[in-house]
Amino acid sequence: MKTQESSYEKIRSEIMERSGQDVNACIQCGRCTAGCPVVSAMDVMPREIMLHLQNGREQEVLESKTPWICATCFTCAARCPRELDLSRIMEAVRVKILRPRGVSGLNPHEIAKEALENIPQQALVSVFRKHSR
Amino acid sequence: MEYLYFPGCTLKDKYALKMEKTTLQAAEYLGINLREIKEWQCCGAVYPLAQDEYVTLISPARTLFNAKETPVVSLCSACHHVLKRTSERMEADKEARDKISQYLEESYPGKNRVLHFLEVLRDDLGWEELKRKIENPLSGRRMAAYYGCMLLRPASEMNFDHPERPRIMEDLLQTLGAEVITYPFRNKCCGAYLSLTEKEVMTNTSQNVIKMALKAGAEELVTACPLCHYNLSQTSEVQEGKIKIAYFSEPLAEALNLAAQEVVQ
Repeated sequence: MKTQESSYEKIRSEIMERSGQDVNACIQCGRCTAGCPVVSAMDVMPREIMLHLQNGREQEVLESKTPWICATCFTCAARCPRELDLSRIMEAVRVKILRPRGVSGLNPHEIAKEALENIPQQALVSVFRKHSR
Repeated sequence: MEYLYFPGCTLKDKYALKMEKTTLQAAEYLGINLREIKEWQCCGAVYPLAQDEYVTLISPARTLFNAKETPVVSLCSACHHVLKRTSERMEADKEARDKISQYLEESYPGKNRVLHFLEVLRDDLGWEELKRKIENPLSGRRMAAYYGCMLLRPASEMNFDHPERPRIMEDLLQTLGAEVITYPFRNKCCGAYLSLTEKEVMTNTSQNVIKMALKAGAEELVTACPLCHYNLSQTSEVQEGKIKIAYFSEPLAEALNLAAQEVVQ
């Protein structure tokens, strides 16, 4: 139990340090979830990500699809009454997963050829920046 | 009016060449000197959001360090986003500034003016001056703006326009003589690079934007972001010709009578 708690403390402090956001400041109002344009594809709501981090359920966060669905549009950050930037939290979670592994598992060969030929260059640079370190 | 122009990867790619070409035509006509940066490097497309990540700041910071006191202008909203936030970071974060400065072996030259071309039109040229140059007003054209995310947010760093009630592109369209339509979702995300990983999510977000614009009566949408342009163009409404998507610089060149119709497709 003690080991679990200290491992949680470590992960949480890394996420807080790398994001520069205090997860305990979240009051669970749900504005982030309400305004999120891609919430329908998320398995854990943005508000719940904050709640899990507050309550020591870091595995729920690390195993969630949500940080990979987040399109980093900053709408949540623009509307949060506590001025928390959830896009930075999502990035800190992705970084926590990516740094020891290098890649997320996104396979360039699985991207449709048709999309690759027509899509603006910036999409490719962005998506691989998000999925690798 | 002298500026360094940062094009970025996408403006040199086939999909967005017309944004570059029409902007450069308009800028020349308006006396705005955009000098392309020699051997520019990719901005990285996304701003590094982790506080301890410095490597991906190097390239945009190098652009800014090299520019010194000359303002840097870009057209792609992602490039502008990254360059502007890097500039704010260099000014506010001593640790980041010292690390980057040490890496580049150059002392920090001070805060740059980092502008989107729309800001050059609004703040340096001015709508009144632009209006005087209009030869072919776009009268009767029902046009609306689509902002997306990168130009507006976070407002404290981008300082571009109101993050929820922007007007710079509507002001441009009005200056060009169009009938301006506003609608909900004009600053809601189009789905961005999810078009490569979660296509149905992108289709949904982009379609929401298009449906709202159509409902409000818009016939043409303008944007400054190549990826927004692409995503919106994937919707059935656009493909069926119910609404047109253009870069903001296309109606600008058209209103200035700069033969925009000859622009590459």
